[in-house]
Amino acid sequence: MKRRTLLATGAGAAMAAALGLPARAQDKTKVGFIYVGPINDGGWTQHHHHSAMEMVHHFGDAVDFVYQENVPEGPDAERAITQMALGGADIIFTTSFGFMDPTINVAANFPDVKFEHATGYKQADNVSVYSARFYEGRAIQGTLAGRITKSNKVGYIASVPIPEVIRGINSAYLHAKKVNPDVEFKVIWIFEWLNPAKEADAAKALIEQGCDVVLQHTDSTAPHQAAKEAGGVYTFGQAADMAEYGPMPRISSIIDNWSPYYIERVQAVIDGTWGSVNTWDGIGAGMVGIGEISDAVPAEAKAEAEAMRDAIAAGTYHPFTGPINKQDGSAWLAEGEIANDGDLAGMFFFVEGIEGDIPS
Amino acid sequence: MDINPILLLAALMVASTPILLAAIGELVVERSGVLNLGVEGMMIVGAVCGYIAGHSSGNPYLGFVGAAAAGAALSLIFAVLTQFLLTNQVATGLGLTMFGLGLSSLIGQGAKGSPDLTVSKLHIPLLADIPVVGPILFQHDVMVYLSVAIVAGVWAFLKYSRAGLILRAVGENHDAAHALGYNVRAVRVLAIMFGGACAGLAGAYISLVRVPQWIDGITAGAGWIALAIVVFASWKPWRLIAGAYLFGGVTVLQLNLQAEGLKIPVEYLSMAPYLATIVVLVMIRAGRAPASLGKSFHPST
Repeated sequence: MKRRTLLATGAGAAMAAALGLPARAQDKTKVGFIYVGPINDGGWTQHHHHSAMEMVHHFGDAVDFVYQENVPEGPDAERAITQMALGGADIIFTTSFGFMDPTINVAANFPDVKFEHATGYKQADNVSVYSARFYEGRAIQGTLAGRITKSNKVGYIASVPIPEVIRGINSAYLHAKKVNPDVEFKVIWIFEWLNPAKEADAAKALIEQGCDVVLQHTDSTAPHQAAKEAGGVYTFGQAADMAEYGPMPRISSIIDNWSPYYIERVQAVIDGTWGSVNTWDGIGAGMVGIGEISDAVPAEAKAEAEAMRDAIAAGTYHPFTGPINKQDGSAWLAEGEIANDGDLAGMFFFVEGIEGDIPS
Repeated sequence: MDINPILLLAALMVASTPILLAAIGELVVERSGVLNLGVEGMMIVGAVCGYIAGHSSGNPYLGFVGAAAAGAALSLIFAVLTQFLLTNQVATGLGLTMFGLGLSSLIGQGAKGSPDLTVSKLHIPLLADIPVVGPILFQHDVMVYLSVAIVAGVWAFLKYSRAGLILRAVGENHDAAHALGYNVRAVRVLAIMFGGACAGLAGAYISLVRVPQWIDGITAGAGWIALAIVVFASWKPWRLIAGAYLFGGVTVLQLNLQAEGLKIPVEYLSMAPYLATIVVLVMIRAGRAPASLGKSFHPST
């Protein structure tokens, strides 16, 4: 008898808890994040999470925060996003290029849920896209690389062949070439955003072939470790500052600062003013941060890079300003012409001077 | 041409070591008649435990000890399930891999390390100074030599020792071995634990030497390659070295060829290591697998 009473009480309490929770959750805005990697990858995903946490701190109790890490790009992403939408999320941020189609597909089934897809180009009534002009940061890295290299060989660990990555290579190459006409780029594609073992092997291969500057568009700090062990090799932090590897080998970085955007968009949901937008901000708006240039860089080169950063932020200089030819020698931009956003968004060619083909 | 063949061959040995370590452990397990598909899971748990043990103690070698212990402990779960509860080995092994991947992610939450912990490279006196051969063979960290030493040890153990003969007997015909009075289950549990320890070392080599960092999913399928290489080697220890170095070699070579700007589509270069493994698997006359491989054993039968 007693045991039965206990059970009944327990069940009642569980029922109350189950019923009570949603009632309390209703006044909160539920914000969901889908991450492609683990939140401790040291780079891309970690910084999205970091920015998301800043957003959460900003709103405090007004938001309910959920996230799912290590979501593979592809069909499984659709399941993860659907699950989050079914779980009552009001706005879902999907933070990798490969989540583009899954996000669009799921969004069609949940017209009342707002979606925000990072680095893609497909919009819908309830899907916004946002990205950062990382190529602005690449221009600064290219300038530093061109100035600092002694072997005139710059390595580039490229991830997945999409316009964002290609823009970065082109921008870095153009600016390295501008300050050092003898510079040569060696590009290795690893076809993944995050694979520390492969990134380390790629960095070692580049260093063994004489590169003394290694740029990366992959998410882990493995290339820095390889550079540190080799000695005399310069690297740049990617997505996160990676300051723990400074002042050598890491001499600067591109920092993704998503928190102002996240705060703005979640605020819009709370206010009921959310609309589908296409945001592409750079250094000027603070979405792309340039990490402290370390003392391993000669003062002149540092000043030159900082001047370029300020010019880009002020809007007086655009990294893709003509004359620029495509790899095959055909003209792309005439003297003084500035690339339009459409061309940049769909960029799928190397500029003149880069060796090798883009994998298709 | 910027590829330096000496550095390439030296890099090859480092890239191959984790596969070789994991494969030699699995070889012993399979020679005792057990198929453990959980290599990947044991490797990654070894990777995270080795990383934490190494960085918290400040001594990378303690990290390797911790990794071996963690790998062996995880393999003990597999041993109990398959040897005493007679579960299906394939399903249990796959389960172990998934369990290991999740467990490592859990253990690794917030694992912090310092970039300064490194395993120093040996500079073997005299030998290291030989031109060409010295930098290729004699300037590695101790784990590279240990992996080769383990292979040699396993070879001698299986070929010349009485215990090795018993292990092979258990793998070939567990009923006959049982009838002769050997404790089949004890032999297999020990073999499984050896396999787990080797997989743990392999994982720690990735997280302490090759990358060296801890990040979720760091082994990235190396355990599966190790399984393939055991078949490739037709269960013979020395051939294992050839298989592991071939795979590691093609992996390193394809990155170098890419950096060289070779006019071969990158996709072909990327698939080359896997393709090479499959081609060789098909071409060599596959050796005979241990006759009792993958079969459950109960002393009553």
